[in-house]
Amino acid sequence: MLGKTAGGLFWMFRFLERSENTARLVDAGFRIALTRSMAAEAEWASVVGTAGVRDGYLAKYDEFRAASVVDFLLRDRSNPSSVMSAIDSARSNARLVRTALTREVWEATNECWMAMKEVLRRPVSENDLPDVLATIRRQNALVRGALTGTMLRNDIYNFAHLGTFVERADNTARILDVKYYVLLPSVSFVGSSLDNVQWETILRSVSAQRAYRWLSDGDANPKQIANMIILDQRMPRSLAFCTGQIRENLNLLAANYGVRLACHDQAEAAEQRLLDNSIDTIFENGLHQFLSDFIVSNRALGLRIEQDYRFYG
Amino acid sequence: MSDAPDFFDELSGYDGAPRGPYADFCSWFDRQDPARLRRKSKEAEVFFRRTGITFNVYGQQEASERLIPFDIVPRIISAREWARLTRGIEQRVRAINAFLHDIYHRQEILRAGRIPVELIARNEAFLPQMIGVSPPGGIYTHIVGTDIVRTGEDDFFVLEDNARTPSGVSYMLENRETMLQMFPELFSRVPVREVGDYPKMLRRSLAACAPPACTGRPVVAVLTPGIHNSAYFEHSFLADQMGVELVEGDDLRLVDGRVAMRTTQGYTPIDVLYRRIDDDYLDPLNFNPASMLGVPGILDAYRAGQITIANAPGTGIADDKAIYSYMPDIVEFYTGEKAILKNVPTWRCSEPDSLAYVLEHLPELVVKEVHGSGGYGMLVGPAASKREIAAFADKLKSKPAAYIAQPTLALSTVPVMTRSGLAPRHVDLRPFVLVSPNRIDITPGGLTRVAMKAGSLVVNSSQGGGTKDTWVLEE
Amino acid sequence: MLVKIRHSTEYRYDQPVPYGLQQLRMIPKSSAGQKVVSWTTSVEGGRKEVAFTDQHNNHVELLTIDRGATAVTIVCEGEVSTADTVGIIGQHGGYAPLWYFERQTPYTRPGPQVRQLVKTLGRDFDNDTARLHALSALILSTVQYEIGRTDFSTSAEQAIEAGHGVCQDHAHIFISAARLLGYPARYVSGYLVMDDRVEQEAGHAWAEAHVPGLGWVGFDISNGVSPDERYVRVATGLDYREAAPVSGITFGGHTESMVVHLQVQQ
Repeated sequence: MLGKTAGGLFWMFRFLERSENTARLVDAGFRIALTRSMAAEAEWASVVGTAGVRDGYLAKYDEFRAASVVDFLLRDRSNPSSVMSAIDSARSNARLVRTALTREVWEATNECWMAMKEVLRRPVSENDLPDVLATIRRQNALVRGALTGTMLRNDIYNFAHLGTFVERADNTARILDVKYYVLLPSVSFVGSSLDNVQWETILRSVSAQRAYRWLSDGDANPKQIANMIILDQRMPRSLAFCTGQIRENLNLLAANYGVRLACHDQAEAAEQRLLDNSIDTIFENGLHQFLSDFIVSNRALGLRIEQDYRFYG
Repeated sequence: MSDAPDFFDELSGYDGAPRGPYADFCSWFDRQDPARLRRKSKEAEVFFRRTGITFNVYGQQEASERLIPFDIVPRIISAREWARLTRGIEQRVRAINAFLHDIYHRQEILRAGRIPVELIARNEAFLPQMIGVSPPGGIYTHIVGTDIVRTGEDDFFVLEDNARTPSGVSYMLENRETMLQMFPELFSRVPVREVGDYPKMLRRSLAACAPPACTGRPVVAVLTPGIHNSAYFEHSFLADQMGVELVEGDDLRLVDGRVAMRTTQGYTPIDVLYRRIDDDYLDPLNFNPASMLGVPGILDAYRAGQITIANAPGTGIADDKAIYSYMPDIVEFYTGEKAILKNVPTWRCSEPDSLAYVLEHLPELVVKEVHGSGGYGMLVGPAASKREIAAFADKLKSKPAAYIAQPTLALSTVPVMTRSGLAPRHVDLRPFVLVSPNRIDITPGGLTRVAMKAGSLVVNSSQGGGTKDTWVLEE
Repeated sequence: MLVKIRHSTEYRYDQPVPYGLQQLRMIPKSSAGQKVVSWTTSVEGGRKEVAFTDQHNNHVELLTIDRGATAVTIVCEGEVSTADTVGIIGQHGGYAPLWYFERQTPYTRPGPQVRQLVKTLGRDFDNDTARLHALSALILSTVQYEIGRTDFSTSAEQAIEAGHGVCQDHAHIFISAARLLGYPARYVSGYLVMDDRVEQEAGHAWAEAHVPGLGWVGFDISNGVSPDERYVRVATGLDYREAAPVSGITFGGHTESMVVHLQVQQ
């Protein structure tokens, strides 16, 4: 496979993942703003921070109002992480690697792009927001479904998955990092309703409200929430799940090509570092420090993969 | 201009009764519900958009990907008509390859005085770097798209020999695919010859011209200028259908004397490169140094026998519009036979007598740039205003050698679906020809381009033209 | 005469070059008046990828620069035995048609200066060679030999305007005017044995015109003579660009300096 093709697949799926994550962040922000209008502005500010686009946002707006945040995160093409920009980039990459995709995956991606262009043609009103967000999730799911259902399980598939999980790991870590203070024990002792809402937001941002209810007897507890999002390998957006997937896909590539590269060692070391921890040691050593380290090492791994597999000249 | 009977209609001839090739189709069509057909027509558009069969338009941000209109009424050619066309095309393509070999070697045709030396000597399309180069397998034009127009029952003319990088074959294939999906019953009723083998034959044909350096199974790749090129869809489509890599210039390097592509596992040599980049941009070391698209040094590797480039560099000298007017002589010189397909009479404006005639008859003529393509920069006399004609006359006088003129041909019509039923529209035809050592394959059919505006004679997609599925009937 | 040549060219780059190519036309060919006795080309910091013969029958070699190299050195060494043919190379051969040598290029395209030069030359000559020698002499008196007033990119027209030039400029002007007069003409790059020194700063360049009856005839405008046994022809072309010893392209990394060591001796 061409190095460029591997890179195109990797980034196509990173951008698809990003578009969905951004939509999910908007969903969580929207929900909390509905239920707690007092804290809305702070909540939207934290959503923009989590999406990692604070500077870009502040260059354009002074206040964190719902309408402008939603517009910036969903439609603004000057924001490279907006849903529309991410879908644009995903499709450009899909065109670049078209020969590596089945017709179904390409068409699902193209249809996703057409659907986004349609629903995001105009600013999205509060009334339409739930529908639009649902459309984004659904269209993304269609691409994933086409990938799972029609693609050979070969290097193409591995690079697609690597993109998905490197992006997702980054995203999950950032969601936690922005909100880590509400999970800290000192705050949880207060047990205010504010915290419950914040926990709920975190769970919603990673689509884990339901899973959490099933796994935790319904009792919201910050340590359990953190444990689930960081270390639970059953949770498809947890850091442990993502690093496991990254390691597994890299190992499949190593087996397929018959060569182990620096990224393989790096991925295994990263996973080991994660699994050597319990949620208690993570809290003891500092949740924020842990998440920052994770984000840095995940980014480094992404760059290593790009180099080892010659994405660029 | 009107669509009155001064044009030959391929469905109804001059008198209105369906011609033979269309008989089966018409008996089916007459029993269809027009509303259903119109709905199908819409479906086709959705299908094309979803598949991403679009072409890019430069300089337009929002509308940068446009659909080429597709018309659901097929254009039908009988086995007898096709047999004659293929004989004529084969003869012409064989002559073109012989001409190219000659013009880059001994130039016997110039020594014999059959075409004027200045025509080559002053021609920008003559590529000196190809002097003395014999391409692998002896083939210069692996892929040719001969543009043919029809003006009557037995009157076919070659309009252009596209011998550089003809495009449109993906539309031929996708149009058929679309028709098969929309009207499967039609194909069980009418015996239509298959076109779907094209990618397989293209790959075989390219592989048959592997360079001396190739050991083992030839590695083929398609070189594209990138996703912003107007024909990118076609490039990726063909690579995909052939099962070969689609590469860009920056994927390629010289490694161990070979042009090689950067893969996830290192550099892999390429044997045959089907390039969809113009000569000028192909190699910044040897041609335009400002090109960011090409592969520096690829021409050196080519001249050293390390890679096959298809089509060969320098083939533009064979499809230049000034050379075109000599094509009957060229065919005769190299094949010893009279040309089977007619040339459109052509006035070379570089010749003073011709220029005078052309200037006097501008309202009746079509004037084209010698090096132009895509229907840009041409004058269609009968459709032009007095002002446009006057302005064009000035251009012509200031640079006569840059133009040729031809009579306005009464292009045949084929009906298209319109809101108010079938209506005749002018068409041309681009069959696709594959050339490999000792072998010429012409896919039965080709790309029918259709002017979607009533009365218009311009079929180019860049000018709003559409396409149709083209059926060649079994014997 | 047995001419011994050692020619080393070193390119230094301002930063490691990730990828780059150099096309060399540095191997002399045996032809009328010269026979290559021995010749080697060695490269440091790069490797030979392919070799071929171009449309001028030049031996061309293509090098890639080693990944990350900051310098490339090309050393040519060899012996060529020469004879005096009073500048006559002889009948035209090969596939390149004579009309090809009438094509002007960006270096030679005539403008008012070259046209004026041709006008000054007049038309009263006994024969073609006399006319071309007169042209050569006229060029030398109009554009005096002086290093540093022109560079590799100077055209014939610009050189006349500058009023000073080097052998490359003289050759371009000659070629431009000769073509204007209807003679096929070409650029020659090569070496010249000098009476007073062995170490030289650069190779030499001159021109050849095709004269009916004689075929190709050489004219060293800068020295006012036709080449004799002191001259070694290496490459020919329509202009400098086509006959240049080295033309290259690098990606990331610019040429900082080029250092040439050239020894030509008997």
